[in-house]
Amino acid sequence: MTRRHIEAKINGDNCDFLCESNETLLSVIRNQLQLTGTKEGCSTGDCGACSVMLDGRLVCSCLTLAVEVEGKNIDTIEGMSNGEDLHILQRKFLEHAALQCGICTPGFLIAARALLEKNPNPTETEVRYWLAGNLCRCTGYHKIVEAVLDAAEEMRG
Amino acid sequence: MSDTVAYEEKKLKIIGTRPIRPDGVDKVTGRARYGADINLPGQLFGSVYRSPYPHAIIKSIDVSAALAIPGVKAAITGDDFEDMPSQFIPVGEMVVNFRDMTRNVIAREKALYDGHPIVAIAAISESIAKEALKHIKVDFEILPHVIDVVEAMKPGATLLHEEQYTLIERKRLGSEPTTESPPKEPSNIAKRLTWEKGDIENGFSKAHIIIEKEFNTKPVHQGYIEPHATVATCTEDGQVEVYTCSQGHFVIRSQCAKLLGIEVSKIKVIPTELGGGFGGKNNVYLEPLAIMLSKIVHRPVKMVMSRNEVFRATGPSPAGHVKVKIGCDKNGNIVAADAQIDMQSGAFPGSPLPQATITCFTRYDIENVRVIGHDVTTNRPKVAAYRAPGAPIAAFGVESVMDELAEKLSIDPLDLRIMNAAKEGTQTYYGVTFPQIGFLETLKRAKAHKNYNIPLEKNQGRGVATGFWMNIGNDTTSSLNVNDDGTIALTIGTIDVAGGSRSSLAMMVAEEFGIDSDKVRVTTGDTSQLGFNFVTAGSRGTFAGGIVAILAARKAIEECKIRAAKTWNVPLDEVVWEDGYARPASSNVGGFDPLSLADIAKNATKTGGPIAGHSEKNVQGAGPGFGTQIVDVEVDKETGSVKILRHTVIQDAGKAIHPAYVEGQYQGGAVQGIGWALNEEYIYGDDGKLQNTGFLDYRVPVASDVPFIDTDIVEVPNPYHPYGVRGIGEVPIIPPTAAIANAVYKATGIRFNSLPLSPPKVLAAITKK
Amino acid sequence: MKRVKKMQYESPKSIDDAISLISNSPGNVRLLAGGTDLLVQMQSQVADPDLVIDIKNIKEMKEFKKEDGVYTVGAAVTGMEIIEHEEFGSDWPGVVDGVKLIGSIQIKGRASMGGNLCNASPAADSIPAMIASGASAVIAGPNGRREVLVEDFIKGPGKTSLKSNEILLSVKFPIKKPNSSGAYLRFTPRTEMDIAVVGVGINVTMSDSGICEEAKVSIGAVAEKALVVEDAATALVGNKITDEIIENFISKVRASARPINDKRGTVDFRIQVIGVIAKRALKMALERIR
Repeated sequence: MTRRHIEAKINGDNCDFLCESNETLLSVIRNQLQLTGTKEGCSTGDCGACSVMLDGRLVCSCLTLAVEVEGKNIDTIEGMSNGEDLHILQRKFLEHAALQCGICTPGFLIAARALLEKNPNPTETEVRYWLAGNLCRCTGYHKIVEAVLDAAEEMRG
Repeated sequence: MSDTVAYEEKKLKIIGTRPIRPDGVDKVTGRARYGADINLPGQLFGSVYRSPYPHAIIKSIDVSAALAIPGVKAAITGDDFEDMPSQFIPVGEMVVNFRDMTRNVIAREKALYDGHPIVAIAAISESIAKEALKHIKVDFEILPHVIDVVEAMKPGATLLHEEQYTLIERKRLGSEPTTESPPKEPSNIAKRLTWEKGDIENGFSKAHIIIEKEFNTKPVHQGYIEPHATVATCTEDGQVEVYTCSQGHFVIRSQCAKLLGIEVSKIKVIPTELGGGFGGKNNVYLEPLAIMLSKIVHRPVKMVMSRNEVFRATGPSPAGHVKVKIGCDKNGNIVAADAQIDMQSGAFPGSPLPQATITCFTRYDIENVRVIGHDVTTNRPKVAAYRAPGAPIAAFGVESVMDELAEKLSIDPLDLRIMNAAKEGTQTYYGVTFPQIGFLETLKRAKAHKNYNIPLEKNQGRGVATGFWMNIGNDTTSSLNVNDDGTIALTIGTIDVAGGSRSSLAMMVAEEFGIDSDKVRVTTGDTSQLGFNFVTAGSRGTFAGGIVAILAARKAIEECKIRAAKTWNVPLDEVVWEDGYARPASSNVGGFDPLSLADIAKNATKTGGPIAGHSEKNVQGAGPGFGTQIVDVEVDKETGSVKILRHTVIQDAGKAIHPAYVEGQYQGGAVQGIGWALNEEYIYGDDGKLQNTGFLDYRVPVASDVPFIDTDIVEVPNPYHPYGVRGIGEVPIIPPTAAIANAVYKATGIRFNSLPLSPPKVLAAITKK
Repeated sequence: MKRVKKMQYESPKSIDDAISLISNSPGNVRLLAGGTDLLVQMQSQVADPDLVIDIKNIKEMKEFKKEDGVYTVGAAVTGMEIIEHEEFGSDWPGVVDGVKLIGSIQIKGRASMGGNLCNASPAADSIPAMIASGASAVIAGPNGRREVLVEDFIKGPGKTSLKSNEILLSVKFPIKKPNSSGAYLRFTPRTEMDIAVVGVGINVTMSDSGICEEAKVSIGAVAEKALVVEDAATALVGNKITDEIIENFISKVRASARPINDKRGTVDFRIQVIGVIAKRALKMALERIR
């Protein structure tokens, strides 16, 4: 069987690609769409480095088949800032030194934005549990949690 | 100390502030390029067939069916590589034998662990490369295996290397050691290492109290989120280019050159952004395979490990079996200390035994010491360094025994350590006499810390423990160019392993010049651009990198002064450099307006050409690092679950160049230690296969498992760094295991001598009690 | 010449089309809802399907409705959709407890309760909660539909009573009784991102005078499938929930557990802790009635 042709939207732009039926969305995002900001840490949904938004839902792109996204909206880290303006979360991650090696950072940012869209005023515990699907081996989470709480406060105004 | 750069106390403008890291924006926007993000035109994809058995003779390998699949371009085995003689060469924090390394990269006679590479394939797509693995046929003769370190040491144990005879190394402070004849039979004990100082028997005879205990720890993985990845290309005339995510691209180059028989100049290694290493990315795994495949197919070959491969075939730390015996007089002064540390090195010799043995008792000033260590081969992956390699394993035992001594002597556990603490002038049992160190300061600050005095509730307990790491310098280079607008381009060869050394180096250079740190752009050069750099390990990045960056800056500043003298037509000694300007040394020199760095740069062509500085150095004078941690836990006595309530890291940084990154090292290291203490472990089945090959069952802490980690940065300057910097990365992972076990004791009345303190173990002990 | 096998993907729009596909396709056919189990199996080469049938584009599979007090949750409704359904959460808090533990937020953005059920892991978090709630599985096949209680739907590890030409359509919950509530609790070494070492789902109905009128208890991860512990329920029914009754209840729970030693826990540990978790789940359910 030939490869499938899929049309979708990525970070607001129309895109189309050909994929094998068993290919993951992560593979297509990284290898075909060349958006390598979404990372592969485990390919089993245990690390969250591949987090993207799929029609407004936070998902692991490693556990989504590319053929499933026909007509859907995908949002990745590359679409998070608005021109020159970094998203408040991106800025707070920088200000709080909430990243070290940075391989988990795109996943954390995508997940944290999804949290703040649902819950603009999370407690520390809520932040920690929401982000439990994103592993970070460098920071011990301290500065990440601080950055998210601080971003939430600034976003609330 | 000769050949060191002295500490100078001065008023600082940049150092100690918290600018945003230069690699930050790339990392929050997804631009940063890591190992797997690199693609080269025309690349093929490599994959590795790995042994499904922990120990087996490879009788034959048939790759014909795999090669028959359309799109499969090449298959290589151990036979494609030259065999290497047994030869020990220092690499990273360990010594490497290339006979072993070539066998670790791809097996020859035997498969020695579950996951050992046997065949590597190159194909036109990842899916075809993976499919091809299913068609490889290997005829194995399965052998009995041994994984546990104590079992492996027993006479009659299954041997990994039939020709391995124990190497004896004895060191005695101040006098010749007694000789010890090596065993005549081969064994899994690759090495027996002994350190001695004073007379331990005499020491113990004076003890009022002696505590002797045995401890066991499990192997744990570094757990970096980025799997190993590499792209290599080899041209028809033998020029090799390798992109790889490692902690030391120069070391990767050396190892590849040696393993493949290629001249060093023919290999260029380009470092990518590193997605975590913690010691696990000091050595080659995929790189020699990718180069060899590329050499055959004349196309670039990209190889990326799966998480399963990372767990089965890279890292981990050793497991340790540790015996500790400490004696004190009735006032709590330690009179003698004795330890035996048996460490799994995995499939080949070379565990971090030297580090474990020399860090073992070194926090304390003890007259009579003996430490014996064994390096033991077992059927699991060859160990790799993991943050303070070896030290946490020894410290778990020693700091647990210290806690028990304090209790028995009714002395506060911090006071017992304060009483015995090593200080400036203390001579260690491995010979070094400490310069100015900050251990006592960390202990005293811990004692006074508010977290040491918060009242605890039922089922809660507080524990303390300390850590020491000697820190290292080693070969380091940098090249600094003053750009035509007076900004600075600094090229370094020591990888920023995530801690933010690029930021810290820019800050030190900016401080030297007297300009803002954002005027300094730091780039990591590839291996063709600079002289050799050792791997970023042993907490050397900011210390050693800083020294060569400062020296390069000082050379460039000197040159700037020469240009100013030329411009003003005055002798050089009448020009001073201050706050980013060349100024006349005094009003007598003449009424010249100060020349900014930008002014001098702009006129560089007229005054002699571009301005630069560089430095190449085997950096000496690493300042020993010490830390103390306080942990509060709560134990759920019905389930055995241990919750970390508070965790405080107090550590001497010498000088925190960028305090946020120092805190980040303290917090990250502490949480890795929490993982080691509570839930991380390699679990093997009876068949010798690793059972937890993913992040679901290899349980690194998640955000909801840990509290905020409080930090307190002590700054006792390292006398051998211009700003007083000490390495800080290793120490934070050393105290947590014992601090947590000591806290659990306070909460439950039970001393745990084995890690991890997983719920089944804790509950079983509580139920038994 | 060898050929690399290619997986096929179909996304039918109706139940009938899906049943026709599943009935007429040779080889290994797998249904895809959230894919959080199937893709992991594919990645680790445990599953190597010839055909994957995505059921998410079938309207009925995504339906989440309450009619005459009866909830029907389509087999492809995601965990997050269930968690965000406030009324369902107040009616069946125990089920939501279970769904909340299926995995990370990312996993729950895709994983469905129906998938959790069909994957039939002995440690599945939503299954004991569904069983305790008296939920049933609605199954569609070539000859129409049938309903079976969740405890009867699960047959063993990875095994269900689905025939090869049948599909799970939805999970149906009975009318919630007044003065009743439920809870699901599990034990894991980490706070999140873990597989249950033991799990307990419970539903209780109390009289105004504090007598337990009805109870259903199900335990997970301590046998080849989630078990219904009738003895434990019997220990509660007809009684005020005193400490003594709770002790009896715990001992009945422990007596029915028949766990194994594996990398996630030992027999002794599981038997000990299942009692503790059962007690805590019971107290949580009672607290919710108050």
